[in-house]
Amino acid sequence: MTAASYFFAILFYAATALFVVGLIYKIADFARTPAPLLIPTTPAPMTTGGVVFRMFREVALFESLFKSNLWIWAFGWMFHMGLFLVLARHLRYFTEPVWFWVELIQPFGLYGGFAMAAGLGGLWARRFLLERIRYISTPSDHLMLALLLGIAVTGLSMKFLMHTDIVLVKTFFLGLMRFELQPLPQHPGLYLHLALVAILMIIFPISKLLHAPGIFFSPTRNQADNPREARHVAPWAAELDSK
Amino acid sequence: MAGPEIKAPAFREYPTIPKLQPASMAGIKSYVASEKIQEAIGFPAKLDENWQVTHDKAIAKMGELLGKYRGLKVFMDSCVHCGACTDKCHYFIGTGDPKNMPVARQELMRSVYRRYFTLPGKLFPRLVGARDLTKDVLDEWFTYYWQCSECRRCSVFCPYGIDTAEVTMAGREILDSVGYGQKYSNEIIGKVHKIGNNLGLPGPALENTLEGLEEDVKEETGADVKYPLDVHGAEVLLVTPSADFFAEPHIESLIGYGKVFHAAGISWTLSTKASEAGNFGMFIGNYDQLRKIAMRIREAALELGVKRIVVGECGHAWRAAYAFWNTLTGIGAGANDPFSIELQKQLDPNYKQPSHICEVTWDLIRQGRLKFDKSANDHRIITFHDSCNVARASRMGDYPGGQFDIPRNIVKAVANNFVEMDVATVRERTFCCGGGGGGSTSMASISWRRFVRSAKRSFPRFCPITVSTCAWSVVCIN
Ligand code: HEM
Ligand code: HEM
Ligand code: SF4
Ligand code: SF4
Repeated sequence: MTAASYFFAILFYAATALFVVGLIYKIADFARTPAPLLIPTTPAPMTTGGVVFRMFREVALFESLFKSNLWIWAFGWMFHMGLFLVLARHLRYFTEPVWFWVELIQPFGLYGGFAMAAGLGGLWARRFLLERIRYISTPSDHLMLALLLGIAVTGLSMKFLMHTDIVLVKTFFLGLMRFELQPLPQHPGLYLHLALVAILMIIFPISKLLHAPGIFFSPTRNQADNPREARHVAPWAAELDSK
Repeated sequence: MAGPEIKAPAFREYPTIPKLQPASMAGIKSYVASEKIQEAIGFPAKLDENWQVTHDKAIAKMGELLGKYRGLKVFMDSCVHCGACTDKCHYFIGTGDPKNMPVARQELMRSVYRRYFTLPGKLFPRLVGARDLTKDVLDEWFTYYWQCSECRRCSVFCPYGIDTAEVTMAGREILDSVGYGQKYSNEIIGKVHKIGNNLGLPGPALENTLEGLEEDVKEETGADVKYPLDVHGAEVLLVTPSADFFAEPHIESLIGYGKVFHAAGISWTLSTKASEAGNFGMFIGNYDQLRKIAMRIREAALELGVKRIVVGECGHAWRAAYAFWNTLTGIGAGANDPFSIELQKQLDPNYKQPSHICEVTWDLIRQGRLKFDKSANDHRIITFHDSCNVARASRMGDYPGGQFDIPRNIVKAVANNFVEMDVATVRERTFCCGGGGGGSTSMASISWRRFVRSAKRSFPRFCPITVSTCAWSVVCIN
């Protein structure tokens, strides 16, 4: 058993704990905070079913972004769909036997890796090339893109340049899930990939990556447009009625 | 307002995104409210001599708002700096000042949020663009939060619907809470509470104006159109922006409302107490003021025993009425609490409460109760400008987007030459006239003049009559 195996075992337990606890805390915080006034951006659906459909279009197609800027939409959508496929493809490291649909998408997942990298490249280029976006970019915006691109490049290089023993990788992670330590292959590319992934998990609940849960709680998108038909009062505002 | 000489950008056939001109609007600052104005509506008179006290109060207020408004919290956390909104604000297009880009306007507050409320901002402020709250930052808030008309155009285009208007409201609320109010808005709120309307027109003056109107209309048309005030038992209570009572050209609207009710044989009344539809409480993001101002309408409706409440043309007022009145005062339907039932059992459930005057008019036209000679308007070419808050914060009629169709239907029912403007400037993409949100005429003149000339495609060049659903738009566009 190498020192690296211990290191990554501890790292992943810690990262997973921070990721899960942080995310649950943030989601609970969003859910708990009232939205006292109805502020959907209209025209908005008038029923809950309509809201679900609107939200689906926003999450799956980035509808508002499409209306707003085709370049950001193209790069952003390519990146996120690529990411989605890659993550789905990665499920094979954590399931035994591998689920049927995960098996099915393996070849597409691979394209996902390239799409993800290309999309990230495009988004990053905009941060340098466009005056307006340069103005609003903070160092952390650049680092975030570097981090994700780093994950994609190390992942792709393991696939195409310097293979690692993915069976052993799987054994290691299945082991972690059952609280028994298995050896991790000795491979610098893999070490880098995993270290970057752990960083991503740790910063997720304390960074702008909160946009992923955030969109579901955004009142301008998740409220139904029915203020005249139903009375909508937050608990702290309802108290005023009895005064 | 003293400031740098502002040159309107040259007319451009195809709109282009302006080059950044940092700080070009830094000198355009609203007047600060006097101590008297502040105290009249219960806000601290002025900034504390000791900066630390102001600092702590502002941060505490921010924490309070983050706990009360999910929108603010989610918007603070979610922006990814994608830049999709950067070229969507008319104030940015018109001035090139990067702090007028919606995301940058939010960032004025988000930078402080990060510093005091998030771990990375506490540990690595430079890395995530976090900064301490200083007097300069507060001044910057005052300058740029009063350069937003809360029009929500940015919210349409943001992938998470981040609404800069909400951030602006929170910014103004924090400023008020530390004694740094804006003169125009807070003075008006004082007038509403004291006299009943934004313009400070007392009851006798209203009565006079209305009598004068009746005579004018009689002379012009020969008809006995009434402009009633405080009539008990009338069917309709009409609430309009007070500008309708005296300012040209708004008064034309009021004359028109009277004619509509007269022709349809509906008994109606105005109210001295509720002689103002506008709600500046919304502009300053203060829930108590928003509610108090809206309560006047509820009280007037209960006193007069009306069956229907109809709102005249005003963009932000319609938002407050449509989206907030039911929540704030119970004017609406579907209540199950005693406070709202008291009012709702009096109101006629066959009508939408409140109704927009356009909804009322369109219904009457559809029922054939209003008839027009369309050819009388043949010499006019007419277009329609969607007012920002009607378009993006409310609805008319029974389906989403009714707010776009109903006013157009009315125009088409009274005139033959209707033309539509460029698709990028109508419906939910409409540009704000620059007059709303409490920044008002000062901002309007800056933004609209600069902007209209640069983004003129929004108005067909053959200079038609522009019809709108907002009192301010009418002033600004004229
Ligand atoms: C519900 C799921 C999600 C939705 C709806 C969503 C949506 C979006 C949208 C609309 C953008 C702006 C356009 C763009 O720059 O791509 C964006 C940006 C971004 N997203 Fe997501 N996202 C989701 C999940 C994730 C996840 C899981 C990650 C990372 C692990 C992520 C990372 C990013 C990053 C880094 C950016 C900023 C890109 C830049 O710097 O320009 N997103 N997201
Ligand atoms: C604990 C979690 C993870 C493990 C154990 C892991 C492991 C691996 C391994 C072993 C490969 C090489 C695949 C091969 O040779 O066939 C790979 C590829 C890759 N990984 Fe990961 N990875 C993890 C998380 C992630 C995450 C979170 C991302 C994205 C944000 C990511 C992005 C990629 C990409 C783009 C590739 C290349 C394309 C592909 O093979 O699908 N990985 N990963
Ligand atoms: S709400 Fe309107 S004025 Fe304010 S930032 Fe957004 S687009 Fe600009
Ligand atoms: S469009 Fe939304 S997420 Fe993108 S920069 Fe603007 S406010 Fe932020």
